[in-house]
Amino acid sequence: MRRIALAAVAASGLTVMLAGTALSDETDWGAYEVGDKRSGYTYAATETRSIQDDDFENPAMLWVDTGQELWDTVEGEAGKACASCHDDAAVSMAEVGAIYPVYYEPRGKLINIEQRINLCRTENMKAKAWKWESRELLSMTAFVRNQARGRPVAVKIDGPAAPFYEKGKEFYYQRRGQLDMACKNCHEDNAGNMIRANLLSQGQSNGFPTYRLKWQKVGSLHRRFRGCNSQVRATPYKAGSDEYVNLELFLADRGRGLPVETPAVRN
Amino acid sequence: MVAWQSLGVLRALICGAGIAALFATGAAAEEFVAFKIVDNESIAKSLTGKPGDPARGREVAINRKQGNCLACHKLPIPEQPFHGEIGPDLSTAGSTYSAGELRLRIVNPKIVNPDTFMPAFYRPFGLHRVSKDFQGKTILTAEQVEDVVAYLTTLK
Ligand code: HEC
Ligand code: HEC
Repeated sequence: MRRIALAAVAASGLTVMLAGTALSDETDWGAYEVGDKRSGYTYAATETRSIQDDDFENPAMLWVDTGQELWDTVEGEAGKACASCHDDAAVSMAEVGAIYPVYYEPRGKLINIEQRINLCRTENMKAKAWKWESRELLSMTAFVRNQARGRPVAVKIDGPAAPFYEKGKEFYYQRRGQLDMACKNCHEDNAGNMIRANLLSQGQSNGFPTYRLKWQKVGSLHRRFRGCNSQVRATPYKAGSDEYVNLELFLADRGRGLPVETPAVRN
Repeated sequence: MVAWQSLGVLRALICGAGIAALFATGAAAEEFVAFKIVDNESIAKSLTGKPGDPARGREVAINRKQGNCLACHKLPIPEQPFHGEIGPDLSTAGSTYSAGELRLRIVNPKIVNPDTFMPAFYRPFGLHRVSKDFQGKTILTAEQVEDVVAYLTTLK
């Protein structure tokens, strides 16, 4: 149902464009625009958007389908599958994609969806953790987050999450690398501007894991962070590092209200 | 290294001492040339003591691994398809600014505007988490800075 709803929104955006209205500022982006927040979808090329709009054309749906299979696959010494505990993902995982990362009491810090999945594997299934950026972890993350597609991002940044949110924010505004640039230089101050051949978006995270045409595969948000860090000639952090999970919370809040779009397609 | 983080200290060192300091380590080590900033507005003297080559400067401005000025600026370089929209159009930069003013804006535009997006092309310190390959190195060599200055002065 939700899939259909988002596609319809996209189609109406397209109609407006075809009717001759100027692109970007005057286009009605429907759910992809909330106040001054705009999904990367609204900056993507028309062809890229149409790939995302059609689940049969969207190559990322292969990862979601793999995730669905893994959901029901028994693995590990406990003899359990995800479904053994969580049953129907459409019900049990309806919100997760919109509210993660969350504060996780036993560790005294934030965890994101990838880390929650691996906690379930190691602790509840007695199975091995999946490697970051492996087909399995990307597929399961995409599958879980896809259950929340269309839901507005609504993370919790108060209470015990507050200090981690603050660290994420600090990261976002910290200049780094030989080029001495912060996330905000590109995505806050220059969204909508061309940086040579690339149109800068607001750098929103609501579509991850995302199929990137440049990658020719699905990639995690932390892979994107590493790319943006390397671009400015800075040493990236490890995928799954506390620094990136904190940044993930800050970004989610920055895009609060945008619909979860997983799996998105981007240039 | 810590002391270099402060722009004040940095300026004092550059303006006062006039010594050349060694920053880079390893094979690609290049001497960091000291220079003098006049009234926070310009660096009057050539970093190499020689005038740059405008044709080479044009190449540096295009090259994505060197100046990549086109990432952010429009320049009269019609054969290159993509010109950025981040900074001002530089098509007449040579009539707006003197060579010394251009040199300062390339060496370290943060002296003119600390909040600017534009990188300092000749400042190998005061940076955070620079990746290994670029540590202690400037984005452009002193010679490349002079070439770009020479190129921009031709834009009238
Ligand atoms: C030098 C410019 C630059 C900097 C600095 C930069 N990015 Fe990006 N970023 C890009 C470009 C170019 C893209 C691809 C086009 C787009 O979506 O903006 C991108 C894409 C993204 C995306 C994907 C958006 C989507 O819709 O798929 C995210 C998320 C992102 N950046 C986050 C960050 C974060 C967080 C930082 C800082 C750690 C950062 N970026 C720093 C240039 C930059
Ligand atoms: C990442 C973006 C970026 C890059 C790369 C960049 N610039 Fe800039 N540049 C700017 C911005 C933004 C300004 C506006 C001044 C400010 O922010 O204070 C500027 C200003 C200037 C000015 C002053 C122009 C004026 O009208 O005031 C000159 C000259 C200049 N840049 C030259 C260069 C040259 C030469 C290069 C390459 C070697 C370069 N820039 C690379 C962003 C950039």
